[in-house]
Amino acid sequence: MTTPSRYWREIPQRYRLEANKCQSCGTVNFPPRLVCPECQKRDLVATKLAEKGKVISYTIIRVPPHQFIDQAPYAVGIVKLDDGVNLMAQIVDCDFEDLKVGMKVRIEFRKIFDEGEAGILCYGYKFVPD
Amino acid sequence: MRDVAVIGVGMTKWGELWEKSLRDIFVETALMAFDDASIDKVDSMYVGSMSSGLFVGQEHIASLLADYLGQANIPSTRVESACASGGLALRLGYLEVASGRSEVVLVGGIEKMTDVSGYEATYALGTAADQEYEGYHGMTFPGLYALIARAHMEKYGTTREQLAMVAVKNHHNGSKNPLAQFPFEITVDSVLNSVMVADPLRVLDCSPITDGAAAVILCPAEMAQKKDKPVVKIAGSGHATDTIALSSRKDITWLEAVYKATQQAYKEADKGPEDIDIIEVHDCFTIAEICVLEALGIVEKGKGGDAVEQGLTSLKGKIPVNTSGGLKAKGHPVGATGVAQAVEICKQLWEEAGERQVKKARVGLAQNMGGSGGSSVIHVLERA
Repeated sequence: MTTPSRYWREIPQRYRLEANKCQSCGTVNFPPRLVCPECQKRDLVATKLAEKGKVISYTIIRVPPHQFIDQAPYAVGIVKLDDGVNLMAQIVDCDFEDLKVGMKVRIEFRKIFDEGEAGILCYGYKFVPD
Repeated sequence: MRDVAVIGVGMTKWGELWEKSLRDIFVETALMAFDDASIDKVDSMYVGSMSSGLFVGQEHIASLLADYLGQANIPSTRVESACASGGLALRLGYLEVASGRSEVVLVGGIEKMTDVSGYEATYALGTAADQEYEGYHGMTFPGLYALIARAHMEKYGTTREQLAMVAVKNHHNGSKNPLAQFPFEITVDSVLNSVMVADPLRVLDCSPITDGAAAVILCPAEMAQKKDKPVVKIAGSGHATDTIALSSRKDITWLEAVYKATQQAYKEADKGPEDIDIIEVHDCFTIAEICVLEALGIVEKGKGGDAVEQGLTSLKGKIPVNTSGGLKAKGHPVGATGVAQAVEICKQLWEEAGERQVKKARVGLAQNMGGSGGSSVIHVLERA
């Protein structure tokens, strides 16, 4: 369940793609972390995600969670971004038969789902063909 | 650390058990294990349950279940590691007896999943994934395993038919297990023509929603020698974790938690993949069984699909996998699954497996997994 505080505190990542980078080993972490998972150092500085990458794998969700019923079927994939981060999001503006592993995509800011008449409109990133 | 043995097991018919409550199912199953072990009390108990809170709105079930089992006042612990909760409960029970802290311990697993709607059950299961970075984007559990399946097909040439053969094999085995939720055969064609859930996975690639429980009784191996059953020891146990989000892994076709846990269990048991006679794996989706065979070292990376196609893992094959029917046919009450895998291995090693009995099985392995591979627990059991 999305509550206003839970939604609000994720905004830096979801709206502005804020990540952080380990000064010791160079790993980019998204979402930003307090400790580097690769080298366990804590010297991390703010950076922004690369906005382009290639699809590693994808699927078409036909039995969705209830917030996504109006959108199904829809494609979701994992994309390897140019900075090495693997990111999961929907792949849109693309016919399902044109989806393939290795295709180039870029990030755009979109509405992800809404919670009905009185709920939050939830925004974030999706992939589109590049 | 001393040797630990299983002296009794319990499992009732799994399925949509509308007439039975969570406590009814658990107590009935645990009492079967008590009777099998000829005991009427235990020193302590562990219960695997992924999400009794979301499925039946009841937390604190360790106390509830000890109470209704007539064991109020003993130490009772609930264990959660998503779908690996049961396997992890077994590991903790094993460590407690091995350490000498307790003599006789009950390990149970339970999930009562059909008191809620399909949507609510899907939501509850989805909480095993990263809610902020997977669930937020409309990802589902079949979807996560679909991503693994597509990557495996691209990288290794695994075919859609090979995925189907996993489900066909497990239903064949399940047809010989009267306790299975779906004890009937299916065909490759029926899998390939079933409803698409998350491309390329169809509904007959997926394990079902199930009510059920399983239980085992553990004690020191020395004590087990006084019983009339052959002694079945827990020869090795392993447990490891991996990133919660699938996308954080360097290779999404490789289950590192399974690999790490397996290496621990092999080392402790002084065994390798070549010593294993029978295996129960966590086939929550058909692709999972293929990836697990690779992580267990039964086949090389990328060869899991071929192994199934060539019959290596069938009931009459070299290493029968999921003789119980697996999660696919037997059912998948998530918290109970890891314990039920040990129940099946024990029945096989005791030669109590009926129509699906594998001849001369001495060493069995149980592989239980949480989420998209974010946790895994392995046990190697051996008939003395």
